[in-house]
Amino acid sequence: MKRIDGRKSDELRPIRAEVGVIPNANGSALFALGNTIAVAAVYGPRLMHPKHLQESDRAFLRTIYSLIPFSTKERNRPGPSRRSIEICKVTREALEPAVILEEYPKTAIDVFIDIVQADAGTRTAGINAASMALADAGIPMRDLVAAVASGKIENEYVIDLAGKEEEVTACDMPVAYMPNRKLVTLMQMDGDISVKDAKKILDLSIKGCMKIYEKQKEALKKKWMVRI
Amino acid sequence: MIDKGYIISLLSKGERLDGRRLDEYREIKIETNKMVNPEGWASVKMGNTHVMAGVKMDVGQPFPDKPNEGVLMTSAEFSPIASPDFETGPPDEDAIELARVVDRGIRESKAINMEKLCIKEGELVWMVHVDIHILNHDGNLIDAAALAAITALNNTRLPEYKDEKINYEKKTTKLKLECKPIAVTVFKFKDNFIIDPTAIEEDVVDGALVVTTKDDGNLCALQKLGSAGFTKDEIEKIWEIGIKKAKELRKLI
Repeated sequence: MKRIDGRKSDELRPIRAEVGVIPNANGSALFALGNTIAVAAVYGPRLMHPKHLQESDRAFLRTIYSLIPFSTKERNRPGPSRRSIEICKVTREALEPAVILEEYPKTAIDVFIDIVQADAGTRTAGINAASMALADAGIPMRDLVAAVASGKIENEYVIDLAGKEEEVTACDMPVAYMPNRKLVTLMQMDGDISVKDAKKILDLSIKGCMKIYEKQKEALKKKWMVRI
Repeated sequence: MIDKGYIISLLSKGERLDGRRLDEYREIKIETNKMVNPEGWASVKMGNTHVMAGVKMDVGQPFPDKPNEGVLMTSAEFSPIASPDFETGPPDEDAIELARVVDRGIRESKAINMEKLCIKEGELVWMVHVDIHILNHDGNLIDAAALAAITALNNTRLPEYKDEKINYEKKTTKLKLECKPIAVTVFKFKDNFIIDPTAIEEDVVDGALVVTTKDDGNLCALQKLGSAGFTKDEIEKIWEIGIKKAKELRKLI
């Protein structure tokens, strides 16, 4: 089977990963997979407002995902939608296992994720950018988090669904993975597939996450590696 | 007030306050069509968790990209009546997530044949509103809500549509379901998997994975909840548990 953009079934779109793209932020990153571009900025740890949301023993991780108005074919109305509220939640829960929040009681760590161009896989691109931005901010972490969405088209398991592939896939399964801890921290799926298929797709996604992880590390090293 | 530490020590030994096995649901009581206004209605009690789902139908315009299909909309309200932790105001992220997970199960399993809900292509279709209302929260809301929703849909009768008017007094054809998607949330506590936690058990678990399956055992929706990670082996085991427990619940509809 030939994919719409000519990729092999286990081939990711071209990756661009950079850190330090937003000078005002404590940490920031850009992560692009093909035409999907996510920019993430971390502000904090900083004082948690409102105060009643302060946690006495840990920092409060806040993730705000937004599709900017001209990121999509049809203009996206600014402000939260039901979809984006859900994505904010699953993004936070994908990152939380990796961040050592206990280091900063009573504070907030705010992670803003702007999708500046959307071509499928925006939540996973956002997670990739966010985990790099958290590392760039120097926040202690157990691991990075890498994420990708995969599916099944015409009996083949395909990684990193793009463009029109989202309309023809039997399922869309976004997965986030902590490569060193070997833990899946995001798993969603909609579609109709057997458990056998789901296992294959999960395997494929984990392999893809390992490749993304290398690019994330590369970008962080490029900025932070001390050369003697 | 039961001490959280006690619950933790029990669960660590594979025991539960109410004596259930870790993979055992509480007693489930389902009632249907006791309300006069909704086109379909169900109430599900799982122990002290009580969820109602109502189906209301009206007509409207189809989406431009699906001119010959009806429209499904699922919403959930966590009414402050149900728990001291619920507040008034627009649905929070938990309510939105619950509604969207339940919606995905119904939509992706193609339980409703949407094309049969078309009245006039491109102009007029049936809109199916599934509203989930929590009456008492004692844990495991997603399983109870999904079960209530699919049971309500299974008992839905379309009102008569004549001369461009809906006659809600006259319910006619039954909404035929193609399959019955069932959501089973498998919670992880340390090395154990737990089904149907009470609210206090839910407070101490590490995280969960919602597994929605069809009658044929295929997966139609997944959603990881909470700040935990799962190994690949754990996920595969959870899928297995989800399929097995769904068979039990499906018999109750």
